[in-house]
Amino acid sequence: MTQEDKIPAIEVKALDKRFGAIHAVRNVSFSVNHGEVLGFLGPNGAGKSTTMKMIAGFLEPTSGTAMVNGYDVSEDPIAVKSSIGYLPEGAPSYGEMTVLNFLNFIAEIRGINGAERHQCIDKVVQQIQLETVLTQTIETLSKGYKRRVGLAQTILHDPDVLIMDEPTDGLDPNQKHEVRTMIKEMAQEKAIIISTHILEEVDAVCSRAIIIAAGQILFDGTPAELRAKSDKNDIDDAFRRITLELPVDQGQASQS
Amino acid sequence: MKNIKTIMKRELHSYFATPVAYVFIVVFLFMTGIFTFYLGSFYERNQADLDSFFQFHPWLYLFLIPAIAMRLWSEERKSGTIELLMTLPITITEAVIGKFLAAWCFTAIALALTFPIWITVNYLGDPDNTVIVASYIASLLMAGGFLAIGSCISALTKNQVIAFVISVVICFLFILSGFPLVLDIFEGWAPQMLIDAIASFSFLTHFESIRKGVIDIRDIIYFIVLISFWLYANIIVVDARKAS
Repeated sequence: MTQEDKIPAIEVKALDKRFGAIHAVRNVSFSVNHGEVLGFLGPNGAGKSTTMKMIAGFLEPTSGTAMVNGYDVSEDPIAVKSSIGYLPEGAPSYGEMTVLNFLNFIAEIRGINGAERHQCIDKVVQQIQLETVLTQTIETLSKGYKRRVGLAQTILHDPDVLIMDEPTDGLDPNQKHEVRTMIKEMAQEKAIIISTHILEEVDAVCSRAIIIAAGQILFDGTPAELRAKSDKNDIDDAFRRITLELPVDQGQASQS
Repeated sequence: MKNIKTIMKRELHSYFATPVAYVFIVVFLFMTGIFTFYLGSFYERNQADLDSFFQFHPWLYLFLIPAIAMRLWSEERKSGTIELLMTLPITITEAVIGKFLAAWCFTAIALALTFPIWITVNYLGDPDNTVIVASYIASLLMAGGFLAIGSCISALTKNQVIAFVISVVICFLFILSGFPLVLDIFEGWAPQMLIDAIASFSFLTHFESIRKGVIDIRDIIYFIVLISFWLYANIIVVDARKAS
């Protein structure tokens, strides 16, 4: 831990991404330490997923880079991917595989073998309550269970950095609660980034929130600080103020 | 190496987890049977060899192999699992080779299941079994060539039908590049060297030459280079288009 504490778990440095004419992410920098849960907020198309994909090594940044546990994702993507658990948006998995086969595949490719693999899978199956569906093919599962399989895949190798793109999307209220509890439990020793549209989630699990819109960071602070941005002390109101009104303020500021 | 094996195992497993594998194997065996006995006049020729069996393989592969290869990458892109695969600690090269080997291994299984015809011809007569072994090797190598093309094309699109059609067209050109149909396009304006080069790309020429029982290292190299080239292109395509 002491060695890890010297360098942030995730350090995003001037990350920039263009898709042709679209400037999806503009010069985004932030860092996340172990023990932090960072909530990534913003309207659709704000660049949340793109940023997460770049940190996870799926997309190459146009410029800038991201460091995970001291490894540069552009230079050593394998080391970065080994230390991350990443849940892509929509939690994709191989539908024709059974849950157990899928988890076995993930464990094998992450280099977990032998008795250790059994332990890992048993642990995660218990934690996420997949016992009843282990031998079912994933395509026959309900949306909630598919999402859980995705979560199981994400935390299987006990990574100390978790990046989850809308982990609670499509879950019923009870399942949402379970996932949030799970994230809170893991939060102590891990660095976690989650993106979400549910603002109450920020209050419930995040120790820090970043609001991103049109590819830029508009707010970076604790949920309490975010709340303070609103006259009504309401997080939804603060979100609207920042994402809708702030660009106008900026425009006025630059005119004067 | 270990990652290639893991990817290959998963992929091969998924062939058999869906009806794809069984449909393919049944159709393949059925078609080889029809071609051999009716079009190839296996009995009427009254010769103890498997010529009538192997000569139709390029044409069977033309439609069947792109059907196996089309799902390799386009399905991965369509279902979004490519994002999962590409954020696991593996390289693109490992993923491409693993998937290719799975498809090739599957073709080998289908090909191996044609063994009854080998037994039949040995029962009926006294064939030259070294020629038959060479023909099996030639057929497998050719299947590898078709698969590498199909795998690369499937990485270009999310749509399996498009991947199938384009692969068939390209494979068709590779089969026929030694024939006037293709060469006439270049005749008259292209230098002879280029025409010879195009003619030497033909699957058929190399397939036929190994099939005669003479395993010429140049024919083997041809298929290995061809497979390597298309897999290399495959890696580039996956890298460039994985997120689009």
